[in-house]
Amino acid sequence: MAAFYHQYRNQILFSVMAGLLLAVAVIQGLSVSLTILNLCLISAIMSLGVNIQWGYAGLFNVGVMGFAALGGLAGVLISMPPVSEAWQAGGLGIVLGLIITTGTIAASLYTWSRVKYSKRQRYWAIAGIVILGYALLRVFFDPSVTAIEAINPSVTGYLGGLGLPILIAWPVGALFAAGVAFVIGKIALGLRSDYLAIATLGISEIIIFCIKNEEWLTRGVKNVNGLPRPVPYEIELQQAQWFQEWALDFGMPVDDASAIFVKICYALLFIVVIAVLLWLSETALKSPWGRMMRAIRDNETAAAAMGKDVTWQHLRVFTLGSAVIGLAGAMLTTLDGQFTPVGYNPLRFTFLIWVMVIIGGSGNNWGAVIGGFFIWFFWIEAEPIGLWLIETLTSGMARESAVRAHLLEGAAHMRLMTVGIILLVALRYAPEGLIPEKKRQ
Amino acid sequence: MTDILNALTLLANFLIIPGLTYGSQLALGALGVTLVYGVLRFSNFAQGETMAFGAMITILVTWGLQSIGVSIKPLPTALIAIPIGITVTAILTLAIDKVVYRYHRERRANPVIFLIVSIGVMFFMGGLIRFIIGPGDQIFFDGTRFILKAQEFKEMTGLNEGLSLKMTQAVTIAIALIIVTAMFWFLNHTRTGKSMRAYSDNEDLALLSGIDPDRVVMVTWIIVAALATVGGTLYGLDKSFKPFVYMQLLLPIFASAIVGGVGNPVGAIAGGYVIAFSELILTFAYKKVLLYLGPDNLELDSLIQFLGTDYKIAVSFIILVIVLVIKPTGLFSGKTI
Repeated sequence: MAAFYHQYRNQILFSVMAGLLLAVAVIQGLSVSLTILNLCLISAIMSLGVNIQWGYAGLFNVGVMGFAALGGLAGVLISMPPVSEAWQAGGLGIVLGLIITTGTIAASLYTWSRVKYSKRQRYWAIAGIVILGYALLRVFFDPSVTAIEAINPSVTGYLGGLGLPILIAWPVGALFAAGVAFVIGKIALGLRSDYLAIATLGISEIIIFCIKNEEWLTRGVKNVNGLPRPVPYEIELQQAQWFQEWALDFGMPVDDASAIFVKICYALLFIVVIAVLLWLSETALKSPWGRMMRAIRDNETAAAAMGKDVTWQHLRVFTLGSAVIGLAGAMLTTLDGQFTPVGYNPLRFTFLIWVMVIIGGSGNNWGAVIGGFFIWFFWIEAEPIGLWLIETLTSGMARESAVRAHLLEGAAHMRLMTVGIILLVALRYAPEGLIPEKKRQ
Repeated sequence: MTDILNALTLLANFLIIPGLTYGSQLALGALGVTLVYGVLRFSNFAQGETMAFGAMITILVTWGLQSIGVSIKPLPTALIAIPIGITVTAILTLAIDKVVYRYHRERRANPVIFLIVSIGVMFFMGGLIRFIIGPGDQIFFDGTRFILKAQEFKEMTGLNEGLSLKMTQAVTIAIALIIVTAMFWFLNHTRTGKSMRAYSDNEDLALLSGIDPDRVVMVTWIIVAALATVGGTLYGLDKSFKPFVYMQLLLPIFASAIVGGVGNPVGAIAGGYVIAFSELILTFAYKKVLLYLGPDNLELDSLIQFLGTDYKIAVSFIILVIVLVIKPTGLFSGKTI
């Protein structure tokens, strides 16, 4: 039995997952099941990204949330139509501000590389440039921001995007995340391993603060709604002749059929992305590069002695992994059709993804995928289960008992505790995960 | 002359006193992080939640005391509840160490694994706290609110600007001073403290000299629990108790520890004040100060604020980045306590 399991482990695990989704389709309806499936696919892509960093290279990224949010931001900036009044009111100031920022950074970097003879002089010079640049920036930026945010704040109040198809946002989101990851990696990699963790924790918090507060760019807590879709709208389908006939053939009401059709379209798109990513990751792992990454992960000193540039390879793999997370972030915004800065919280977007990778099997791409599926599934289904459990346990108590009320209220926080306990138990008893890394020679 | 005094009062009221208070709170947190790093050799992400847990126990005891009419007016009742808070928190940290960390320590696991484990602990404790006391705001301050009221100060000195000193601020600074002095005395003058330093400096050598590692680890967790409870309670008294806020304290606490040099207690304290004052200096609106100091006909449109108060959290990050780029070992380099 055990041997059979080991031989067909992947097939068995994925069949179990399919079975679970089917069960949901039967019990809660096909539509619910497809919603879960779509989010499972996105979670799987995020956990593939984390697996690239953790599984291949042993890099601990606590800022998954920030990179996912950057991907989401790309969704807004690429796909929303531009707000021309806002551009007229403050576009110039914003563009000038961007030019000043770029100029300041370039000047600082130039000074850094040029002034070599005295460290102190270098620091003072750069401090001067940064302060000057920042002051200039504020002079041009602040009035424009006020002007932009004043324009029809209940509907727009921001610059809008480029009005391009949202699919373009996916690679752009990856690019955004990769850019930030490169800078962070440049600073924190090569130092002690926990510095990367703290630096990524910090940058992700700041990214979230920025997108919550910079209303001229993201509308902040007012959210951006109605992002264009890469798939047809339900209302269009319901009016189309061919679709009505098609729904009739299946014997389904047109409303339900259109919702399900849209979800299937999304699922197909996501499956294409995940298939490409899996193929690329597997090829990379088998290649000499993958071998080198494993060598670096397992013994940095030895790899460095063999002439591998450990810090540079870490930087590459960190950037790559973050790009995948950014891609997933953009896909998530596309699926939601809206960008909600307050929705990003570390539990859901950082640590849950970590649990997926560790439970699934760090270092194994299929493991990361199945981990993404399982953990998301239980994350969604845990709430009804938990509530039911507490209700059953306390059913003996009086209806209006304070303890019972407190327990029911606290059920929501059980998730937090459960994620913690799962992480601890997995690290102790099953550090290899569901699908362990293949031992390659 | 009065203008200069007014400006100074303004700065003292909004920068110096709050900076000293917040700095003391951060220093207590950073000391805990640094001790765990020095002795147990990992970055403890659960520090913020440990502080919240300690504060929560103290609050529950305080409520109990308040309900039976105990009071030490003008001081807040929470001060007599702190020892119980420390005891319960110490029991929890020791239990967690026994159940969770010990296994990985015996296997000499990679520090990154410890880090992830501590995140697991952070979630467990976070859930526990929210389950017991709920996610909302809790107010548990009693006693006299002000030692010196702004109005009294104005009447006393005849200045335009008032200087106020809240009871919580005075208590925070005083208690932090006592705790820090006691800790240094313990580390430098007692046998156990010395064995902790030896263990942190060189584990193998310390073991060879017959130092009991279990004892060192136990004492470390007890001290960490004490620091966290006191720090968490003082922060809760000064601002208000909200579990969510303690998670956000994690970044400034780590920044403090790293800025000072992880593993170095003196550095952790200095780092706490560096971070606290930078946050306040960069987010303070200087308009009024400049109006006092500048020529009489000076007119200012803006608030003269470097950063919006919303970006407080960015300040600790920027300082962290600067330190990592320029001097990764921190101001007081060192990995030993």
